[in-house]
Amino acid sequence: MAREGQAITQASAPRTRTVQFGQTAWAWAGVTPFFVFALLFLIAPTLYLVVGAFQDAEGNFTLANIAQLFTQASIRSAYWISIKVSVASAVVGALLGFALAYAVVLGGLPQWLRPTLMTFSGVASNFAGLPLAFAFLATLGRTGIVTTLLITVFDFNIYRAGFNLLSFWGLTLTYLYFQIPLMVLIITPALDGLKREWREAASILGASHWEYWRHVALPILWPAIVGTTLLLFANSFGAIATAYALTGSSLNIITILLYAQIRGDVLHDQNLGYALALGMIVITGLSNGAYIWLRARSDRWQR
Amino acid sequence: MKQQKIGSWIAIIVGTLYFVVPLIGTFEFSLRMRRGEYSLDAYRVVFADPRFQATFGYSTLMAVLTIIVGVLIVVPTSYWIQLRLPKLRPVVEFITLMPLVIPAIVIVFGYLRLYNTSSIIPMTATARSTDLLLVFSYVALALPYMYRAVDTGMRAIDVRVLTEAAENLGASWPTILFKVILPNVRVAILSGAFLTFATVIGEFTMASLLNRPAFGPYLQLIGANRAYEPSALAVIAFLVTWACMGLINVVGHGKQIKATP
Repeated sequence: MAREGQAITQASAPRTRTVQFGQTAWAWAGVTPFFVFALLFLIAPTLYLVVGAFQDAEGNFTLANIAQLFTQASIRSAYWISIKVSVASAVVGALLGFALAYAVVLGGLPQWLRPTLMTFSGVASNFAGLPLAFAFLATLGRTGIVTTLLITVFDFNIYRAGFNLLSFWGLTLTYLYFQIPLMVLIITPALDGLKREWREAASILGASHWEYWRHVALPILWPAIVGTTLLLFANSFGAIATAYALTGSSLNIITILLYAQIRGDVLHDQNLGYALALGMIVITGLSNGAYIWLRARSDRWQR
Repeated sequence: MKQQKIGSWIAIIVGTLYFVVPLIGTFEFSLRMRRGEYSLDAYRVVFADPRFQATFGYSTLMAVLTIIVGVLIVVPTSYWIQLRLPKLRPVVEFITLMPLVIPAIVIVFGYLRLYNTSSIIPMTATARSTDLLLVFSYVALALPYMYRAVDTGMRAIDVRVLTEAAENLGASWPTILFKVILPNVRVAILSGAFLTFATVIGEFTMASLLNRPAFGPYLQLIGANRAYEPSALAVIAFLVTWACMGLINVVGHGKQIKATP
């Protein structure tokens, strides 16, 4: 196809030089709005915060704001809780998402389960924010359906047993509602990419099911699995609305702290606020960067 | 092999329980507003609330504007990258991934500092210009999905041949872009549009920090002050998300039928 296209261009090229020039000018004019938009609404705002993170109130260069991210206890604990919730929901989400994807792709289950799971995952991965918090409050909150049902039927109070929806594990359990489906959506094509020949070759050579996974399938799949886990991590690290509606400000995660800082300068230091934002960019940037790199690796096997 | 099948069934059953129970729970909870019997009172109250109508209408309008601006920015870019500026592809792809890397709350933080009333471009000065800023922030938010959808659609058709053919027939560039290319990537654009709608309609962070009367901040207000209405709103939001995803499947399917007459 590409060669055919080239041939056509070459044939039409000698027509006139002005046509070529005109086309290129149109092309640049066509992509200009995109770059202007990117500059004004993505690059400039980010740069402003990044530069501000390295300045004091008078605009002089300083590393004090960055240092404070590590020394100020409330900031450090906010980052730490966010990282813990994100790691827990990413790892558990990846494991359960993988199990579900495996079940419908390779588990020998009825055919109709797969499209059903995929459609539902498309919906659930986009069902986040405030409504998700409402749904879990109605289900597992103190007066939620499941909570009251367990009390009346089994005389078992999950809140007395130590569970609390407005806590670390409660938030993690809620985040799984969009993390698991995201894992399913991304990992299913990777499982499809496992060629039947590889499995057959392995079994002809005498490999057991476990040996096939240990030496063939997992080495191929791990970039996709680890990469997607990192994507899930960044996905929950930047989330705010669900946590805000669920826990108010009782669980001090980093996005809620930043929200309060933007609203009312709770840190009493504008530049420290910029450093807070920079810290978030670094963390999500690293995990997303690693995801993109790993994804490029795993794509090699799918051609 | 049999063990494997049992394990798969367990995974599916546990997964189904986890995903379906909150939906049933929320729906049941939303019906309990009237004491002692099931009723649709919570829904009646929500739909009758003028703030619900106003904020839902506002967010719908913002979503539509976001889709229009997004299409106008993304379609020409994807087209020219494909046809004449392939060298720019890595740069463009990197930029379209930026909103995934930088959390929404950080992006809007930058806007508030860069475009506040005392800056060179005081976009937050009036309600209308803040609306515009909100639309741009949503375009940024939706950029990864919109670009990916359109770019995939653009790769699936032979942009070069279509362009050459139209050119030989004497079409001007705007005609080629809007009458030849655009209809051919219509399905991709619609997919991106519905995904954008689902993302934008209940968005909370940006609307709240820019102080706009959108559906997200309204949801937050109701969630903090009411008992049964939040569940009704959650059910409504779930149905809206479901409808958007359903429409993506419908338009995608329609294309396949047409492609094989």
